[in-house]
Amino acid sequence: MAETEKKGPNRRAVLGAGLATGALAAGMGRAQEADPLITEVQDWASSFGDPVDAAPYGTPIRFESHVVRRNVEWLTESPVSSINFTPIHALEGTITPQGCAFERHHSGAIELSKADYRLMISGLVETPMVFTYEDLMRFPRTVTTAFCECAANGGMEWGGAQLEGCQFTQGMIHNMEYTGVPLRLLLEEAGVKPEGKWVYVEGADASSNGRSMPLEKALDDVLVAFFANGEALRKEHGYPVRLVVPGFEGNMWVKWLRRIGVYDQAVESREETSKYTDLMADGSARKWTWVMDAKSVITSPSPQAPIRHGKGPLVITGLAWSGHGKIDRVDVSLDGGKNWQTARLSGDVKPKALTRFHLDIDWDGSELLLQSRAMDETGYVQPTKDQLREIRGLNNVYHNNSIQTWWVRADGEVENVEIA
Amino acid sequence: MSKSLKLLACTVALTAATPLMAEKTGLGRPALPEEVAAWDVAVLPDGTGLPEGSGDVFTGDEVFAEKCASCHGDFAEGIDNWPVLAGGQNSLTNRRPVKTVGSYWPYLSTVWDYIHRSMPFGAAQTVTADEAYAITAFILYSNGLVEDDFVLSKENFTEVRLPNEGGFRPDDRAEAEYPLFTGEPCMADCAGDLKITKRAVDLNVTPEDPDGKPAGTLPPLTLAAAGDVAAPAEEAAAEVAPAEEAVATETAAADPALVEAGEKVFKKCKACHKVGDGAKNATGPMLNGIVGKAAGAVDGFKYSKPMQAAAEGGLVWSHEALAEFLANPKGYMKGTKMSFAGLKKAEEIDAVIAYLGTFGG
Repeated sequence: MAETEKKGPNRRAVLGAGLATGALAAGMGRAQEADPLITEVQDWASSFGDPVDAAPYGTPIRFESHVVRRNVEWLTESPVSSINFTPIHALEGTITPQGCAFERHHSGAIELSKADYRLMISGLVETPMVFTYEDLMRFPRTVTTAFCECAANGGMEWGGAQLEGCQFTQGMIHNMEYTGVPLRLLLEEAGVKPEGKWVYVEGADASSNGRSMPLEKALDDVLVAFFANGEALRKEHGYPVRLVVPGFEGNMWVKWLRRIGVYDQAVESREETSKYTDLMADGSARKWTWVMDAKSVITSPSPQAPIRHGKGPLVITGLAWSGHGKIDRVDVSLDGGKNWQTARLSGDVKPKALTRFHLDIDWDGSELLLQSRAMDETGYVQPTKDQLREIRGLNNVYHNNSIQTWWVRADGEVENVEIA
Repeated sequence: MSKSLKLLACTVALTAATPLMAEKTGLGRPALPEEVAAWDVAVLPDGTGLPEGSGDVFTGDEVFAEKCASCHGDFAEGIDNWPVLAGGQNSLTNRRPVKTVGSYWPYLSTVWDYIHRSMPFGAAQTVTADEAYAITAFILYSNGLVEDDFVLSKENFTEVRLPNEGGFRPDDRAEAEYPLFTGEPCMADCAGDLKITKRAVDLNVTPEDPDGKPAGTLPPLTLAAAGDVAAPAEEAAAEVAPAEEAVATETAAADPALVEAGEKVFKKCKACHKVGDGAKNATGPMLNGIVGKAAGAVDGFKYSKPMQAAAEGGLVWSHEALAEFLANPKGYMKGTKMSFAGLKKAEEIDAVIAYLGTFGG
C-alpha cells in the first residue's frame, strides 16, 4: 500500500486540494489556477482498480481508519471487564455499523458457535425447555430497530465537563436493526405459570451477567435476536444470540443469552443491586431504573469534529433518542440555551431508536455555545445537568441524560464545557 | 409475483410475525432435571436456590487470601480500583461514597450468588458451595457484621440481613422527575448572562492522538484526499532501543525465602501483570526479564507518555530504580498508567524484585 502513497498523482492531489482550500478560505470565490485533480488525468481514471473479491468481506477504506471504537484506559482496571465508545462524531444517519458499535464486556467477548449454542427456559414454567440455534431459526421472526445505551453513558460527566469528544461523553450507544424471535413466543412455548411475574435473563460468558425484568416487558417487545444490520451478530455483540430490550438500559441486553428464568420475584443479582442502581444525595438509592430517558447530543461540530471550513454554511447534526417511544422534536441553541430553534428530524422516526436531526445555519464565525434538547412523544423534555443534580445530587453514576454543551471557538475548534 | 400477490404476502408475513396465538410450535425439547440443576443456579433474597453447605469465617479468610485477595485485598479493602468489599459504612452521602457489601448491597444472597457463579475473575464457577459460604462469612466478618466464630450455612442464611436492605426503592422517576421535565419548553430569552464554568481540557484526561488532539479527531479533508491519514501513535513508542546490557540482573544471588515472600507480594500485582511461560501483556506489560531491562521496552505494550519519555531518556529498571518506582509509582513518575498506590514496606519491595528477577527475559 505504501507504494500507492508514493505515486505522483497523489502528491499533486495534496497540492491541488491545498490550493483550492486556500483560495476559498481567502474568500476569492474561485481558484486562481485550474485544479490539477480536474485538468490532469489521474491514475485512478486511467488504470484498473481492485478486482472483485479483492476483499471477500469488505472493511472501510483506509482513509476512514480513524473511525473506530476507542476506550479510556483509566476508567477500568481490566480490558476484559471494560467498555469502549462508538465514534458517533464520525457517523451519520442512524444505523451503527457493528464493527464500530461500542462494546461492554464483563468477562471478555467469548467465542460461542451456533452448534454449541443452547438456550434454556426454566423456573416457574409448565415445561422447562432447551432450544438449539436451529430451533430458534424455526420460530416466527420480527425485525426491530432499537438503540442500546449503557446506563453509564455520560456518567463521567456528572461532576463536570470531563472528556473531550462526544465519542467519549455520549458514545456508549449504538443503534441496529435486529431480526429475531419475540421472547414472548419462547415463553409461551414453555408455558409461564400464573405465579411467574419476573423474567431473569443471563449469559453464557464467565460473568454470567443476569438481570430481572417484569414479565410484562418480556411479553411486550423483547427480542431474542440473531441478526443485526442484516448479518449475524458480531462476536463482541453476543454471537450467536443476544437479547434486545428496546428502551431499557444496555446492561439488560444480555449477550450470549443462555438462560431465561421465570420467578415470582426479582433475583436481585449483583448487576441490579451493587451496580446499575442510582445513589441519591440523601444516601438512599433507586433500583430498577430500566428505561433510558429522552436524550440528544450534537455529534458535529464537536471536539473531535471541529469546523475547518471557516464561516458560511454549516451543517449541525446530531442524534436524539428516548426509551419511552418516539422523538417528537429536537431544539438546538447556539447561545448556551438562551434561544432555541427547532431542528429537522431527518429520515424515519422510530420508537426507542436513534433519530437523526439536522440544523443548517450560516455561521458568522463567532463563538457558539451549542446545545440540543430532545422531546419525546410523552412530552418529556431533556433536562439540564443542573436540573438533574438538583434532584439526584452528584453521586449518581447512571442515567445522565442531560443537555450537552459544546463551546465552538472562532477558530472552529470545539471544547466540552459546562456553563452557568 | 403480481403487485397484489406481493401485498398479500406482506400481510401474511406481518400477521405471522406477531401471532396472538398461544399454541405451541413443538420446537425445542424439555430440559432434563440435571441440565436445569447445572444452569439454574441463581440465588434469590429469600434463599431460593441455595444448595446445602456451610462455611466459617476462618476458612473464608484462607480461601479469600488464595482466590480473592489479589484484587480485593487481604481485608476486602480493594486494591487500586478493584471493588472494595468491606467498610464504607455511613459514607453513602459523602462526595466519594464507598459502596461495599456492608455499606450498600441490600441482600446477602447477591454476595453468595455472585461469588459462586462469577468469581474469581477469570476463573468463574470454580468456587464450591462450601467455599462460597465461607467467603461470604468472611466478607460479613470484614464488615463487622458477624463475630470471628460465625458459621454461615443454608439453614441460617436468611437470618443475616445487610444494613442497607432498606436503602433501595423502585424507580420513582415517573413521580419525582417526569412532571418537572414535561411541557412546552422556553424558546427565547430563556437565560441571563452565561459564562463557562468548567472546561474538560482543564482536567486533561481524554485519550489523545499523537498531535495532541482528542483521540479520533477527524483528519482535515485535505490530508484525507491524499491518503495521508494520521497513522496510529506507534512510531513514538516503538523506537526505544533495548539496553539490556546496562545492569546485571540479581537472579543469581536471590534468596529462596525472599523469592517466596515476593511471590506473595506479587499477588497485588498479578491482576494486571503476568510473568512466567507464555506471559502476555494485560492491563500492564508482562514482566519477564523486567529487572535490569530498559524501561518502556516490552513489545506491544502502549506505555504512558511519561514512561515513553523516561525510556527515551535511557531509564533502566535497576533494583534501585524499581524500588523507588514501586514505593510510590505516581510520585516517581507522574502520569504513569500504573494505578497502584505503591508498596509501603521496603521488605516487600525487595521481595517482589527478587521474585521478578527469577523470570528471565
